[in-house]
Amino acid sequence: MEEVIIERKERKLVIPGEELGEGRAGRGAYYEDGKVFSKLVGLAENRDNLHFVIPLNGIYNPKRGDGIIGKVVDISFSKWIIDINSPYQATLALNEAVDEFVDLNKTDLSKFFNYNDLIFAEIFSMSRTKMIQLSMKDRKCRKLRGGRVVHVTSAKVPRIIGKNGSMVEMIKELTGTQIVVGQNGIVWVKGENEDVAIEAINVIDEKSHMQGLTDHVKTMLTEKMKNRSLVKHVHTEEDADNNKKHSEEEENSY
Amino acid sequence: MRNDGRKFNELRPMEAKIGVLKNAVGSAYFKMGNTIAIAGVFGPREVHPKHDEDAEKAILRTRYNMASFSTETRNRPGPSRRSKEISMVIRNALTPVLFLEDYPKTAIDVYIEVLQADASTRCVSLNAATLALADAGVPMRDFVASCSAGKVGDKIVLDIAGKEDTDGQVDLPVAYYPKKRLLTLIQMDGIVTKDELKTIVSLAKKGCEQIYEVQKKVIKEKYKEVGHNDNS
Amino acid sequence: MITVDKEAMNEMIARNKRLDSRELDQFREIKVEAGVISSAEGSSRVCIGKTEVIAGVKMDLAEPFPDSKDEGVLMVNAEFVPLAFEKFETGPPSDESIELARVVDRTIRESQILDMKKLCIKQGEKVWTIFIDIDIIDHDGNLIDAATLASVQALLNTRMPKMNKETYEIDYKTKESPLPINGMPVSLSFVKISGKILIDPSLQEEDSMDARFTVGVFEQNSETKFCAMQKGGTGGFTMEELDMMLDIAEEKSRELRNVIKE
Repeated sequence: MEEVIIERKERKLVIPGEELGEGRAGRGAYYEDGKVFSKLVGLAENRDNLHFVIPLNGIYNPKRGDGIIGKVVDISFSKWIIDINSPYQATLALNEAVDEFVDLNKTDLSKFFNYNDLIFAEIFSMSRTKMIQLSMKDRKCRKLRGGRVVHVTSAKVPRIIGKNGSMVEMIKELTGTQIVVGQNGIVWVKGENEDVAIEAINVIDEKSHMQGLTDHVKTMLTEKMKNRSLVKHVHTEEDADNNKKHSEEEENSY
Repeated sequence: MRNDGRKFNELRPMEAKIGVLKNAVGSAYFKMGNTIAIAGVFGPREVHPKHDEDAEKAILRTRYNMASFSTETRNRPGPSRRSKEISMVIRNALTPVLFLEDYPKTAIDVYIEVLQADASTRCVSLNAATLALADAGVPMRDFVASCSAGKVGDKIVLDIAGKEDTDGQVDLPVAYYPKKRLLTLIQMDGIVTKDELKTIVSLAKKGCEQIYEVQKKVIKEKYKEVGHNDNS
Repeated sequence: MITVDKEAMNEMIARNKRLDSRELDQFREIKVEAGVISSAEGSSRVCIGKTEVIAGVKMDLAEPFPDSKDEGVLMVNAEFVPLAFEKFETGPPSDESIELARVVDRTIRESQILDMKKLCIKQGEKVWTIFIDIDIIDHDGNLIDAATLASVQALLNTRMPKMNKETYEIDYKTKESPLPINGMPVSLSFVKISGKILIDPSLQEEDSMDARFTVGVFEQNSETKFCAMQKGGTGGFTMEELDMMLDIAEEKSRELRNVIKE
């Protein structure tokens, strides 16, 4: 989905069965009788005759490298089972989550992540049979403490992030909240004015096609924040005890 | 001229809307004359019960249901043998266009509610279901379009409706997968000769081709705004 | 139970060869027996190859449906008995058994061989109900054609029980006149495998089919008429394939009708 943010290219709206031309079929496309067709409603792109389609709807379809927000639904001897808002659950192995040595005979894994805990993690492998493994080795990965969660259409995640993170930056700036956006359509918001930030995110999800969306959101936020105090988020104790330090900047880097 | 003033090869007026439900991943409304159906798609999602799961592909589940108030005499709620059969032929008609293999071990649920019934409910249901699947982002090879044709008063006509349904001699619903030129649903009751039968099927096929164009147009229109303003 | 690997069979069929050496448009051996169940008003056993089906007709009195006050009622039901096949389960009827019963029902009903008006005893109050119950005893494919044959044969074999016209009591021990029936519809089923069209599919052939097509055929004033169609399975047929199947069905239906005993 990064393509949407980084480049400006002519993209054509296509629907299932629509011909994309000759070449190879990438994500969201299929090859039949010498030609490539779209599988989805989406925006078609062509790079060196590789045709692919960026979906405009649908559930989250996991892919390697995605930064996602997941919830711990089960804990086993040496790994966690994580619900990542997709048809497939993911696993997070101990050695992908914790740096220190852990004696499994003496340690209860819930000490690190307990049931219902939220984490931001990265999909580092996915098998053909959709076995998904997560990793938290990247510095931006961490446990998300407190805050609130919003579900959005995963195809609209790029609009919430905005070009080079501009949209999410703006919301954070104007509301003084911490925001983490998962590619899987889950957004985590924390701060004094999280309700205002969530309202803005919902507006983007519903009106993602609107002309001048950024200005619209900006006006809305400024209006709502008039009578509120802007308390810039400061790192709390909870954050400090998270050994995976992160910066706000890094949060938007995906 | 027919009862409602249509020509023998004329479809009833159509109306289609995409994304009509909040909770479903994808949804659509389809109206042909006085027959109205709404389809909602959930999934791909985890399969319950687990033993229904297919390790190689998604399972497609369909539920066709007629609302109790959809017919002149109240329709008893709950699944009947008729609705079970129709659910199955709808499922069979949609399966060839879906890339079920893209989502192994999951279920895709298509729920269809007929709100108002004036003949060809399975066809209108299929037209709604196809659009709802596209709206849900389920990978597809093509759309499936569906309509009926038949014989009424010894005349062969397209898209049977109203009195034609009760008084007609032959009712023949089909579903068509245009890119592959495949009929994915064929049913018929009534008495016909072979030549008549062939004429009726090809008339129904032509009707499907018109519906196919409507389906494509509606979904493009719905998403057009999204595409245009992609980089704001 | 695997005899030959699916791909090997598909490849054979692509070369017009069937596992049991039949032609693509050839039926297996068909055996029909009438009156096999004495407790039923009419019955029959039909074997197509190793497929075995028993149909029984029972009759009872009932109120007519409000939209057809002067007509008798026809009900067709199919039981996929677990002894027939490891994949048949006890419990509520499967989609397949419902489809089979409804296709057989349509073929018989739409051909209008039964004069339903003659089954009316008192308009709006009492009519005869004909129950056709189909038991699948052994499954080796093409259940629909076997079931239609068995049902029609059982109807032809039926003797209506004696009814007291005053009290409407039925004496099932005393059998009287045959049903008001005229004609013999049959159904013919085809499957598509490796792009080929086969008639009378075996279980193994059905296992690898792309799609199935069933058509109900009968004769009216010595002209062939079609009275029901049903596409089954998940694939589809082209118009050309459909035309071809109708042509074959017309020809083969005569052969099939010959096995029924009037």
